Amino acid sequence: MSETISLKVETQSDGRSIRPSSVARARQDQTAKRTFFIVTLLPVILIVMITIALFLRALPILNAHPFTQLLFGDVWKPSAGLFGFKPFILGTVWVTAVGVLLAVPPSLLVAIYLAEYAHTMTRSVAKPILDLLAAIPPVVYGVWGLLAIVPFVQGVLAPLSDRWLDSIPLFAINQPTGFGILAAGIVLAVMIAPLIISVVYEVFSTVPNELRNASLAVGATRWQTIRRIVLPQILPGIIAAIVLAASRAFGETIAVLIVVGNVANIPTSIFDSAYPLPALIANNYGDMMSIPLYDAALLGAALILLVVILIFNVISTLVLQRLKRRSWA
Amino acid sequence: MDPHVQVKNLNVYYGKQQALKDVNIEIPKKQITVIMGPSGCGKTTLLKTFNRFLELTDGAQLTGEVLVDGENIYDRDVDVTEVRKVVGLLAQRPSPLPMSIYDNVVYGMHIHKMKRDRREYKAAVKHYLEIAGLWEEVQKRMHDPATSLSIGQQQRLCLARGLAVEPEIILGDEPTSALDPISSQNIEARLIELKQQYTTVIVTHTLRQAKRLADYVIYMYMGEVVEAGPASEVFNNPQHKRTRAYLEGLF
Amino acid sequence: MGMKKKRWERRHLVELFMKAIMLVSLFLVAGALGLILWTIISRGLPALNLDMVTQTPKGGFYMGREGGVLNAIIGSIYLAIGGTMLAIAFSLPITLYLKAYLGDSKWGDYIRLSLDVLWGIPSIVYGAFGFTLMIAVGLRASLLAGIIVLALVELPIMARAMDEVIRRMPVDLEHAALALGSTKFEVAVRVVVRQMLPGIVTSVLLAFGRGIGDAASVLFTAGYTDRIVTSLMRPTASLPLAVFFQLGSPYPEVQQRGYASALILTIIVLAVSLSSRWISARLNKYTVK
Repeated sequence: MSETISLKVETQSDGRSIRPSSVARARQDQTAKRTFFIVTLLPVILIVMITIALFLRALPILNAHPFTQLLFGDVWKPSAGLFGFKPFILGTVWVTAVGVLLAVPPSLLVAIYLAEYAHTMTRSVAKPILDLLAAIPPVVYGVWGLLAIVPFVQGVLAPLSDRWLDSIPLFAINQPTGFGILAAGIVLAVMIAPLIISVVYEVFSTVPNELRNASLAVGATRWQTIRRIVLPQILPGIIAAIVLAASRAFGETIAVLIVVGNVANIPTSIFDSAYPLPALIANNYGDMMSIPLYDAALLGAALILLVVILIFNVISTLVLQRLKRRSWA
Repeated sequence: MDPHVQVKNLNVYYGKQQALKDVNIEIPKKQITVIMGPSGCGKTTLLKTFNRFLELTDGAQLTGEVLVDGENIYDRDVDVTEVRKVVGLLAQRPSPLPMSIYDNVVYGMHIHKMKRDRREYKAAVKHYLEIAGLWEEVQKRMHDPATSLSIGQQQRLCLARGLAVEPEIILGDEPTSALDPISSQNIEARLIELKQQYTTVIVTHTLRQAKRLADYVIYMYMGEVVEAGPASEVFNNPQHKRTRAYLEGLF
Repeated sequence: MGMKKKRWERRHLVELFMKAIMLVSLFLVAGALGLILWTIISRGLPALNLDMVTQTPKGGFYMGREGGVLNAIIGSIYLAIGGTMLAIAFSLPITLYLKAYLGDSKWGDYIRLSLDVLWGIPSIVYGAFGFTLMIAVGLRASLLAGIIVLALVELPIMARAMDEVIRRMPVDLEHAALALGSTKFEVAVRVVVRQMLPGIVTSVLLAFGRGIGDAASVLFTAGYTDRIVTSLMRPTASLPLAVFFQLGSPYPEVQQRGYASALILTIIVLAVSLSSRWISARLNKYTVK
């Protein structure tokens, strides 16, 4: 469609009996087109630029230490020239995993409810609630985590776990503060829930109603229809939504930083403290010019975040785009 | 007349707009009833009340009764999935499920756990594909995706899928409107064959199809039933001037 | 005849169970919002007073003496307005180009993909990138640097939100304008923008809200100061960082003010979110449906 119309513009400017004003207008159209085109390439340029800039700034540390030693080194002691990212990478992974595991089940259920069961009324009430949840700034989530979740973990969850799950290392209480992976995971779960819900809801709405009706017409229940017909069609989209949310959790900084404890150890229990990469960068940006290679190390941490998130995002977005463009029989 | 479905004082509203006004009709057993009328007259809405599909539309409200064998399907303790098992639907456009031909036919039977083992299911699939007149064409490709069939074949597959849950009533919402003339003829032939065993209710907007199929006719206009009766009477001697106008092609 | 409900059939029990846990989840999510608001209000309100919003930090403020966070409020408003304006300047052309020339084509999808990817980049990475840029051009932490980085954070949010609304514009309207002899550019500017004004306003306010609440990006780039910023080249305080720094204080009075600052930030963000709903509802009256 767009091509036929641009042709029309060209014939107008080539035509003979055209008033001068239309020639000028066609030219204005061309100029606008060119400028807009350059601006439109900006997002692509930006992604490339960010990657290159961080890579160049991180280069000194990549030259000074072997890559594997950086990734798998246990010791972080910038003043001694030791830069092992392992505790921070694992900290990020733990916090993300707990956040995603907590967020996914209820978020999926809410999305399914809104997409398949709820009346328009319920939806119009639920939407502003989700919008508000998504609008609350990370630092406010952090304050909430500090005031409500950390005491809750310390006063309720930790004693419960101590009583019932003590023998399982994953739930062992190794420090008493309440600050740690679980607190960060709970805060993250609430933060990413609106994203999962809205993406999954959209994914559900790509399935045409005729399919649902065909199943309902032979006497299937709603849930049978969802499980046997709808879910198999959109499973890739749901996984993509979860990956998208995971990448959001992976890079979350301030909210996590406030409640996670910021101790650079290798976690073994969800009640342990951790020190995720974003927190590392945010906490130390002030000193990074004072120690050799420190700035390269911190920007290298940002590069690791960026690369992981780019991969997650590109894959999940491609899956979602394909699902939305899919033509249904 | 031996009514299979009785509609009593039925009113339907979409929001504030009234779509059906005080409908009272009876639908005879094991005959083809055709509901006709100009578009927007409420014929599809009426059809949707028979298998409780109306409640899938947000904001649709219903008062009155629809009795199937004397039992009101809108009673509180009636199970909507049982209603839809008894009252099958052939949709306007064929809607094969995104699975194989075999799985499409077997889908409803699995849902209701109607057979004991694989062998029984297989036999049943063959049986219903034969009834739908599709067996010859698909017996060698049962595990191909249903979407690989032509659109006419798809509609016959949907017929087989609907029949497989052993309904007593078949609803058809302009079931041939998306099909080519030959496929349409094929479906019509099936429906005529099937009226020995099933009560059939068809919505159509083409008068010729109505004349070919109907044993019993309901003519609707602006949400009201204007005239209902045996086909021969309504077509040859319409009582109402609106019906006459419609039959003479004034719409 | 047997249409009575078989309540104890397995599939009906499953249906009931699924519906129940869905409703529980819905209340869990709604409850989380309630809990957050309740925590912030109940802990922030006691320390909230007129001084908080009308005074800058005085001597000894960080040990619990008098003063307020006006510097951070003003700083955040400057940062977010500047960042939003800059983001509009780029996202409007991008979305119009997408609509007018690329549509749902493959190239359109590539641009959308890149915007989605940009959206996914965490603000701490934008901050780090801004920091490398500042070193490269010799710019110090300042209002200007903060504005530029916030614009980067807001750009994809705004552009994608605008794209979604502009894409949904009825095609008839566009064709009608083209049929009347308008060029594509005129169509884009006159018809699309006017018709889509409510959606565009909503997108802008969405990005503004995200910008004003973002901490990780301005941490590197805008710096922090107790004075109200007067120049683009000077560092500026911001509300999210004011919350963050006060939380870290050992003095309970200062922490309390941190909670109060969080309440102020929450009120601003919720006000923006709610007013965007209200404005788009008002403007929607004047568009063709």
